[in-house]
Amino acid sequence: MNKILPVLTVIITIFIVWYIAAIWLNSSWAYDKAMREGKQLSSIELIADTWSQDKPKLPAPHQVALEIWETTAEKKITSKRSLIYHTWITLSATLLGFLLGTSFGILLAIGIVYNRVMDLSVMPWVIASQTIPILALAPMIIVVLNAIGISGLLPKAMISMYLSFFPVVVGMVKGLRSPEIMQLDQMWTWNASPSQLFWRLRLPASTPFLFASLKVGVAASLVGAIVGELPTGAVAGLGARLLAGSYYGQTIQIWSALIMAAALAALLVSIVGIVQRLTLKRMGMV
Amino acid sequence: MQWIIFAFAAWVVGWALNIWLSNMTLKGFVRFAIPIIFGLTLLTIWEGVVRGFDVSAVLLPSPSAIAVRFAASGSILWEDFVQTMVKGALSGYIIGCGSAFLTAVIIDRFPFLQRGLLPVGNFVAALPVVGMAPILVMWFGFDWQSKAAVVFVMVFFPVLVNTVQGLQASNAMQLDLMETYAASPQQTLVKLRLPMAMPFVFNGLKIATTLALIGAIVAEFFGSPIRGMGFRISASVGQLALDMVWAEIVVAAIVGSAAYGGVALIERTVTFWHPSQRARS
Repeated sequence: MNKILPVLTVIITIFIVWYIAAIWLNSSWAYDKAMREGKQLSSIELIADTWSQDKPKLPAPHQVALEIWETTAEKKITSKRSLIYHTWITLSATLLGFLLGTSFGILLAIGIVYNRVMDLSVMPWVIASQTIPILALAPMIIVVLNAIGISGLLPKAMISMYLSFFPVVVGMVKGLRSPEIMQLDQMWTWNASPSQLFWRLRLPASTPFLFASLKVGVAASLVGAIVGELPTGAVAGLGARLLAGSYYGQTIQIWSALIMAAALAALLVSIVGIVQRLTLKRMGMV
Repeated sequence: MQWIIFAFAAWVVGWALNIWLSNMTLKGFVRFAIPIIFGLTLLTIWEGVVRGFDVSAVLLPSPSAIAVRFAASGSILWEDFVQTMVKGALSGYIIGCGSAFLTAVIIDRFPFLQRGLLPVGNFVAALPVVGMAPILVMWFGFDWQSKAAVVFVMVFFPVLVNTVQGLQASNAMQLDLMETYAASPQQTLVKLRLPMAMPFVFNGLKIATTLALIGAIVAEFFGSPIRGMGFRISASVGQLALDMVWAEIVVAAIVGSAAYGGVALIERTVTFWHPSQRARS
């Protein structure tokens, strides 16, 4: 409860700074226009102008909000100009990639935990693979997969998958190894088979680690899907809106796509958070 | 055909070798050798499959072709490296991490700000900040300044959040001890709380190294002068010169690993006292 007031203060400050920055960044354009028309701008007129330009350097928050409202609520969902349509394209790639990445990550983690050879040979590469700026690969993956006839959702999902599998592998390896010797001994005294050991001890013990990784993974997955949309030439999706906006100088469109992406990220992370709380509660872990 | 057999043989030999090595007592040398053998085996299989099935160079160039391209275009790669990594990523990284650290130390003084900024910072750290790239390219122009700005925005919040958390890592007993020494707040900060925060700070710095490289490269997709790794990658993909793309990726991989390793090395000297560092030696 004592967090709400400070957080509100910070958010309000951000908005005030945003409005002031909009005046500052857009004023040169406003002055130019006034000069061409041979007018003198009063400070009120200046502020009014900087907050309502068509292609401002920094659109004011209410302009972005209006754009989001127009492109979500007032357009048909199937329309190519609807932001919901683009968000859905990005979301579907994100979810598919997240699903693939999570399952691949869990399988790899099980392999690493149960197979010593894999642990020693694969694990260092899993870690090394993340020091590589993989997003640089995105254009190539898209183009190559296009060339062999795979296009649309899957190439983007591949990039999302690559970004989201790493946190899952690392978290799950830690989680599957988290049962203590005493707990393992207990299972052995019950004459538990290896599969019982896995399903009844190791897997349940790893769930808190899994959920922590999933939160990181889903956010990374969204970044992957957005960047994956850039090289396809701005067809559809939030990334495409960003690129198209930057080609044509439609700053309001860029900002609305950006805010939408932020909202989507927040939504996905909080959904994972809710599932986490419910699951852990049912398992009696919180 | 013989290339496919060659690839298959490489797989069997590499796998057998690793199984044999894994069962030995693990000295430092063997521990290093196993992942390296695994990597070499993968490369050999790649080479064999590309040659054996005659995969077109437009789809997947063989490792040897990439190596030839890498060796042949050293000057272009160097120019791109300087443009993207040194001018864009490094300057943004230093300014971003430095100001995030200073901000954290300042807001540490004000609990109100801390309670407000930490949730917001956590939120922003999870956002797809890369999306800021087109806006920043518009503000700062096509050259490296805009790339540095993207890197700045990307690294700022992870480092800020980690540093703020780190500054809270000292426990009550340690703080009480400083108090019994009649230490001033500055002394407590410099001698106790900053050192205690270092493991957290380095955690943030490590996350930030990868983010910095990604930011600098992706920002170039939105516009750049005719050099730079991101520019070269998207241009070469357009020309279907995939060996060049892979050569750039090799550079990115080397730089990424070296940067990460460098930060890890500094971490080890700075936080030599931390249990996670001591356990290794």
